[in-house]
Parts: sequence; structure tokens; C-alpha cells
Amino acid sequence: MFDLDSYHKANTVEEAVALLSQNPKAIPIAGGTDVLVRLNQRHPDYRHLVDIHDVAELKEIVMTPDGTIMVGSGATFTSLMESRIITDNIPVLSEGASWVGGPQVRNMATVGGNICNGVPSADSAAPLLVLNAVVLLKGPQGERRLPLHEFYQGPGRVDRQPAEIMTALQIAPGDYRGWSARYYKYAMRDAMDIATIGCAAACTLKGDSVSKLRLAFAVAGPTPLRCWKTEEKARGAVVNQSLMQLIRDSVLDDLRPRDSWRAPKAFREHIIKTLAERVLQKALNQCGVSLS
Amino acid sequence: MIRNISCKINGKSMTLVVDVRQSLIEVLRENGYTSVKEGCGVGECGACTVLVDDVPLDSCLYLAVWVDGRSIRTAEGETKEGKLSAVQQAYLDKGAVQCGFCTPGLIMSSTAFVEQHKGSKVSRDEIRRGHAGNLCRCTGYEDIIRAVEQCLGDAEDKDPDEGLVCESS
Repeated sequence: MFDLDSYHKANTVEEAVALLSQNPKAIPIAGGTDVLVRLNQRHPDYRHLVDIHDVAELKEIVMTPDGTIMVGSGATFTSLMESRIITDNIPVLSEGASWVGGPQVRNMATVGGNICNGVPSADSAAPLLVLNAVVLLKGPQGERRLPLHEFYQGPGRVDRQPAEIMTALQIAPGDYRGWSARYYKYAMRDAMDIATIGCAAACTLKGDSVSKLRLAFAVAGPTPLRCWKTEEKARGAVVNQSLMQLIRDSVLDDLRPRDSWRAPKAFREHIIKTLAERVLQKALNQCGVSLS
Repeated sequence: MIRNISCKINGKSMTLVVDVRQSLIEVLRENGYTSVKEGCGVGECGACTVLVDDVPLDSCLYLAVWVDGRSIRTAEGETKEGKLSAVQQAYLDKGAVQCGFCTPGLIMSSTAFVEQHKGSKVSRDEIRRGHAGNLCRCTGYEDIIRAVEQCLGDAEDKDPDEGLVCESS
């Protein structure tokens, strides 16, 4: 039996916000694949739960008439892999979701939980960062929205106030139409593993040049990170081997990988440089550009 | 923290009194569904896999109250009137069982996988990925994959030793 002090079930986002407001110690539980593991370890911070597992409005994945995609925070990884809205328009997010855990975990775990727990290794984070996702939150003071990269504040820390619920991740049409994006996870095993490094790359082309590049990494710093400096340097560059060299030379300036029991820093740096080039090549191949 | 819930277990409608602090595996085992095994307790090994509304999930990481209004399937329910299900029979035919602790969970993962992929062409790699949430420390998985292939009607042309790598020193 899990060691809980209080448990309240919410049927709507409003109810969840009200319940969270009443108890500052309460945390939301959606898929349960993080929270119940913590409780299994008798973690003291998880003893008060507000259950949002069955809040239907959080599970929706919809596209508005202008092409904006709203991914409900309660959407499971399996639903990200199966939703036509995702696979047809932002397949990089399906690709990220497909690397999470194993089938059982993907059937339970939610994208909102993956982001809100703040871990640097979240497989949905790098894809969502290159999609310029915007986080939508609802709290006692109303709605709030902020770019995903600002939502991340530090290891395990995100800008969610205790009484707020992340309702959705929003992706604007200009952030996926005309873009080509890919994700790759480097880990010791092909499943049920945590990324050693995760990399997402997205680009738009103008003739034979990069119009815009976006590059994001997981486990390459205290939070998932965008590579702003490298992206700026690559803007307008002709797609050739010297662009790849530029990216290899620049990408570590944007990141802060470290030693851990999973991998030493030097190995991570090597993987980062290799993946930056390889994943961008995959994205380029996807829009018909080959470098060889 | 007591709640009354209604659900179906292996086709049988049940009303259960559960504590909100209980995981689904605790409630299932208390009610005699002891095919459901607790291995790691943290969603890594898949020994506790059951189907909820035909979707495989780890019952150790699932609150019992969440099954209110839903249908659960466990390995004991797959045997109907003493007759093994096609998946169970295939595990037997292919010798896909050794110590047996992971078997009920694997059977449920295979059951969901076969139901989802019946009639479509599936690679060995897809079968492996479909069972990636279940650990087995005895069999080496090869016979499990063959059992799934048998269920998908895809086993006739396969060399029985395909996929096995035997290295002599």
C-alpha cells in the first residue's frame, strides 16, 4: 500500500486547481509512472495527491482551424504515437514518444508529467523544444502561457506554481509547416532506458541554404536545452560539409554536459557532436537534401 | 480512504471495496488473481502486466481506484473452460516458459500485441519492441518471439534457429 496522507480525485481542471489551492503540499498525479515510483520509495514530498488521471479534457489532442496543435498534458505517449494529428504534422513528437520506456509505461505515462517533473532526460522535451512549444497552465489566478524553454528552471524544477495544472502544450503552424524535424535517443539499451544523450534537430530551407535551424538536447545540461548560439551561426548557411563542421565546433558552447554514473562528460561531448550532425542530416534527408 | 468501485475482471462484473492507497496488483492478488506477479514494483520488469480495457499496463504502478468502470484481463481469465488461449498454447508449443515468474505478464503483453497486429505483417524487431516492457531472465526471449509468430500465423517458413547466435570459442 502506498503511504499517503491525503487523496482527492478531480474530474475537471477547475476541480483540480481548487483541490491544489486547498493544500499547498498536494501534487497532481496523472499517469502515475513517476509519482507512484516515488511513493514506492516512500518519498516524503508525494504524500498528498490530487488525482487528475481521469480528467478527460486534459487528454485531447486537437488542431484548431488556423493549424495550431494543442497537445493535452494528459495525453499518453501511446496516444502521441497514434494520433494522426501528431504523426501527420509533428512526427518528431511521435518519434520522441516512441523511445520512452516500454509499451506498458507508454500506455500510462503522460507528456505533461514528462515535462513537469523537470528531468533533463525527458524524451518528449527535445522534440517539443524544436517545435517551439508553448506551455499552457491554469491556476487560481487564471491562465498563463510561456515558452517551454522558459518553463524549465533547473534540474527537477519547472515554473509551475503549486496550485497550477499544465493543461496543454501548444504548437503554432509556423513552427511545423515547412519544417523538417527528427529526434534520436542514444542510450545503452533500445528500450526501458534513460537517454545518455537525446537530440532533436529541425530546419527549414531556402534554396540550398538553411533558412532556420533549431537544435535541442536532453541530458546535455541541468535541463533540456536549445542551442541558441549554434542556431544563430547556422542561419543562412549553405548546406554542405562546412555547415556540419560549424555545428560540430559550436554545439558544445550551448550545452553543459556532466559526468554521471551513466556516462562520463567526455563521452557525452563526443555523442553530442556526433548526434548534432547525424540528426540534422536525417532532418535534411527528410526534405530531400543529401550531403554525400 | 475506502472507496467502492465496479469493474469487470476476466469478464465477470465485480463490486470491490478498495483503499485509494492500494495498487491494482494488491487488489487483484487479494481477490485471488495470483497469476499477477510483483517483480520490481516500479514498472521496469512487466511481471505484473494486466490488460485494462485491452491495453497492457503495469498493475504495480496503477491505482486500484482507476479501474472503476473498466475491464481487467489477467492470465487466468485467458483460459476458457479449461482450454488455453492461442497465446498460452503457443508458449507451451514453443517452450517459451522456464521458471515461469515472468510468464503471466508476458502472456498478457503477447495477447495485446497479437490482438493489435493480427492479420498484419510484423517483423521480429516489432515483436521485440512490443515486448520490451517485460523482462525474462531465463529464456533469452527467442522462444517467446517464436510463440508470438505462431499466433500471428507467420511461423511456417522460419528456420527454428533463426536469430540464435551460437559462437564457438
